[in-house]
Amino acid sequence: MKGETGKIWTLHLAVIAALFAAQFLLPQYHATNLARIMVLAVYAMGYNIAFGYTGLLSLGHALFFAAGMYAMGLPIWQLEWLPVPALILGLVAGGVMAGAVGLLALRTAGVSFMIVTLMFAQAGYLTLLYLNTWTGGDEGFVVERAYRMIGGVDLAADTPRYLAALGLFSAGMLGCLWLVRSPFGRVMVAMRENEERSRMLGFNPFRVKLIALVISGLYAGVAGAAYGLLFGYVGATFATIQYSILPMLYVLMGGAGTVLGPFLGALAMFYLIDIASGFTDAWLFVVGAALVALILFAPKGILGTLRERGLKWLP
Amino acid sequence: MIEVRALTAGYGPVTVLRDLNFRADAGQITCIMGRNGAGKSTLMKAIMGLVPASSGSIVLNGQDVTRLPAHQVPLQGIAYVPQGRRLFGPLTVAENIAIGLNARRKGQATRDFVLDLFPRLGERLEQVASTLSGGEQQMLAIARALCLEPQVLLLDEPTEGLQPSMIALIRDTILKLKASGMATVLVEQRVDAVLKMADRVAFMMHGRVEAEAEARDLTAASPQFQEFVGV
Repeated sequence: MKGETGKIWTLHLAVIAALFAAQFLLPQYHATNLARIMVLAVYAMGYNIAFGYTGLLSLGHALFFAAGMYAMGLPIWQLEWLPVPALILGLVAGGVMAGAVGLLALRTAGVSFMIVTLMFAQAGYLTLLYLNTWTGGDEGFVVERAYRMIGGVDLAADTPRYLAALGLFSAGMLGCLWLVRSPFGRVMVAMRENEERSRMLGFNPFRVKLIALVISGLYAGVAGAAYGLLFGYVGATFATIQYSILPMLYVLMGGAGTVLGPFLGALAMFYLIDIASGFTDAWLFVVGAALVALILFAPKGILGTLRERGLKWLP
Repeated sequence: MIEVRALTAGYGPVTVLRDLNFRADAGQITCIMGRNGAGKSTLMKAIMGLVPASSGSIVLNGQDVTRLPAHQVPLQGIAYVPQGRRLFGPLTVAENIAIGLNARRKGQATRDFVLDLFPRLGERLEQVASTLSGGEQQMLAIARALCLEPQVLLLDEPTEGLQPSMIALIRDTILKLKASGMATVLVEQRVDAVLKMADRVAFMMHGRVEAEAEARDLTAASPQFQEFVGV
């Protein structure tokens, strides 16, 4: 057990160290991509907490991502807030939105839960368009460079942006690792595996799932806020269903219920789209083919398959 | 210890338990016998709050637990090991036990107690539960339930499908729990097992307890077995 704990921490700290080194080794184009991937991976980690560990298949996470993004961006744009309180508001907004949706949506389960969360996300998206006077509507708005400075550090510059993304990613990953190895993390898995049996041990499924969804929303919220702040744009596109499906694909590709799976999935999917779209306009076809291959040959995703075939200690 | 009074319960419009009365006392093993469909498992589920009662009551140590939400029933001190074990398959033995301990915030002493009862689990703490043998899975299911430190333990056919050595081990464990003062309610189909373990036997038919007897007054040839179990 102690040996496994050592291996687990070594692996995750090595990933952080490798990502830190990558900024010096990669061309700027790929370093910027990697910064974007790390932020999206935080979003996917949040999705993984709900879906991969607790079994909540949501199609509404774009609402939590956009809630974080707009809760960060609007106070800066409209009220000239400083970035740090705006970022904190983004984090909180994701959690609060997830809590509010969860209070209603968790009265359903399975396909119904999926549909209800999708409905909430669509309502959120349409609200952003309807209130275009305040939200910028479909065009969104730019977060000006002057408002992307924290303590004299310009987050619009390449290196600080990369390090900020790495900091967020590291905190998110280590937080997720701690969570899933904690007693509550085990209860989340128990709930995923057998809700009735968990109830028979004295756990309130509604409470456990709501807490997991709120944690998931906090991840999505802070990822949305960080994405807007680091890349300087807030727009309704991020509230569309595409942004609910993306983290699901990242998680499925990397391995649902694994801590590093969302990052690997985001990395693989991002570059699959990037490379395929460079060759053909039919890049969605390539992505679809990759997903079919994944389902056929590694239905548990990259890390899920590795765990099944030998690396049983992978969290 | 636990008393079921005039309980009527079922699934939606289908009534399974009808005006059922039943009692289990501390330090005793009460066996429930009956043919398939008599309502034995439904009685277990009704006690646990999984099947809603339309009338009647379930009283634990003088406290009415009939209408508690299902997740609060185990916290009052009733543990249930259902038919088919239902472990958390991908988790290890240690993690399954930890989840049981976590439910009522029990600590090392309770963990030591259950591992003393089932030393074999102690040897397999890091093994994934789904890879255990049938008997070991049953041990783990019982161990996890005991992590709640229950006053009443409900066991639904715990020896079903197990090899004789495992049956003997499970039986010895149940007798140890009896000695510790726990009230054990056991759904069992095997007459020999009932005669070896039970203090009292309740015979169910059509959703009611139709007859009760002290186990010492029964033999394998007793007419109750012919009438209610069909052997």
